[in-house]
Amino acid sequence: MNVYIKTLSRDLRVALRNPSSVLNPLLFFVISVSLFPLAISPEAATLSQIAAGIIWVASMLAVLLSLNALFHHDYENGVLEQMVTSHHSLPLLILSKIFAHWILTGIPIILLSPLLGVFLFLDDEGIKVLMITLLLATPSLSLIGSIGASLIVGIKNSGMLLSLLILPLYIPILIFASSAVSQAQFGLAIDGQLYFLAMFLVLSLMSAPFVSAIALKISLE
Amino acid sequence: MSSLVISDLDCQRGYNQLFSNLSFQVSAGEVLRITGTNGSGKTSLLKILAGISASENGDINWEKHSVKSDEYQQEIFYLGHHAALSGELNSLENLEFLSALNKSTDQRKLIQALNDIGLKGYEEEYCANLSAGQKRRVILAGLFVSTAKIWLLDEPFTALDPAGVKIVESRIEQHCQNGGLCVFTTHQDSALANQRVLAL
Repeated sequence: MNVYIKTLSRDLRVALRNPSSVLNPLLFFVISVSLFPLAISPEAATLSQIAAGIIWVASMLAVLLSLNALFHHDYENGVLEQMVTSHHSLPLLILSKIFAHWILTGIPIILLSPLLGVFLFLDDEGIKVLMITLLLATPSLSLIGSIGASLIVGIKNSGMLLSLLILPLYIPILIFASSAVSQAQFGLAIDGQLYFLAMFLVLSLMSAPFVSAIALKISLE
Repeated sequence: MSSLVISDLDCQRGYNQLFSNLSFQVSAGEVLRITGTNGSGKTSLLKILAGISASENGDINWEKHSVKSDEYQQEIFYLGHHAALSGELNSLENLEFLSALNKSTDQRKLIQALNDIGLKGYEEEYCANLSAGQKRRVILAGLFVSTAKIWLLDEPFTALDPAGVKIVESRIEQHCQNGGLCVFTTHQDSALANQRVLAL
């Protein structure tokens, strides 16, 4: 088996044997979304208008919550040192870890979103577009997040710093993704937004693993 | 004969100059033991040799390959201070991943390596349940499947019992007889043959 697939399967195995680290961000996602109807209004008209925004903000914060764990344990126990001294490509090893992170946070968020969409009276078209935007943009969240996570890996209690570093980069995704869903609810074209999200995905896929590799090397020195 | 040539190496950590103009050479078949007080730069030196840290000055060459080259990175086996193990994985899974980072090895050889290091019967045990010495042995089992020429071992004997130290020492001797070289740090005396000592 290829070393990159091994890295992926190792990360998945570690996470599944310690499920609380995976479940915490997902629980946060579900709970925070389900509190909005209680706090704002249970009316269908109001909720369906803000549904896309709520689900997108919550999923973004859930991903942010899970990012700390991306490199932290491997840094503490010295596995990152072993990855850096390996002659295999460090950016690709990191990409495998990011892919594992997306499988553990992005995919569950995508799968939970229709349920929460129904909960917030989002119509069928809205739910469909919501899932498409999540599918296009959650990988970008993991990729961009890895840059932040690798920059702060040696710093203690760095949750706040991570948000400050990463959230500004997440804002364009938030704006285009939630506007795509609300425009689809009105029956308007959303090609532009989807192209933007796809462009963002390609851009982060091309750059994030390399930037993270450089940042990790600096953190380890 | 191939050798690891280090010339004019400098290392500074914070405001402290740990060493400067450090030059030495280790030929294939040799063992270099690095000694020194706490904070004298033993670990920093090994990290520089492993390519994890960069040094401000100086050169490191192996058969004319610099420390950054793929050819060099393929030839090193680095063992750091940390356990480098995940508590959620068992010994075999941990060893399989760590050795895959260097070179993929089939499972039978890995089980044999765990046997050789004295962990027979612990292959399926989660590393969270192992003692400090047993954890050290799991990583050191990597020595038995390593095909790298240059071994850089930071305190390999920490937490090992005398029998464990003997196993590792005899593996290092075997490695040197096969044309490899080994640079390691320790505070303990070592009975290794062909050994030179570098005091920092």
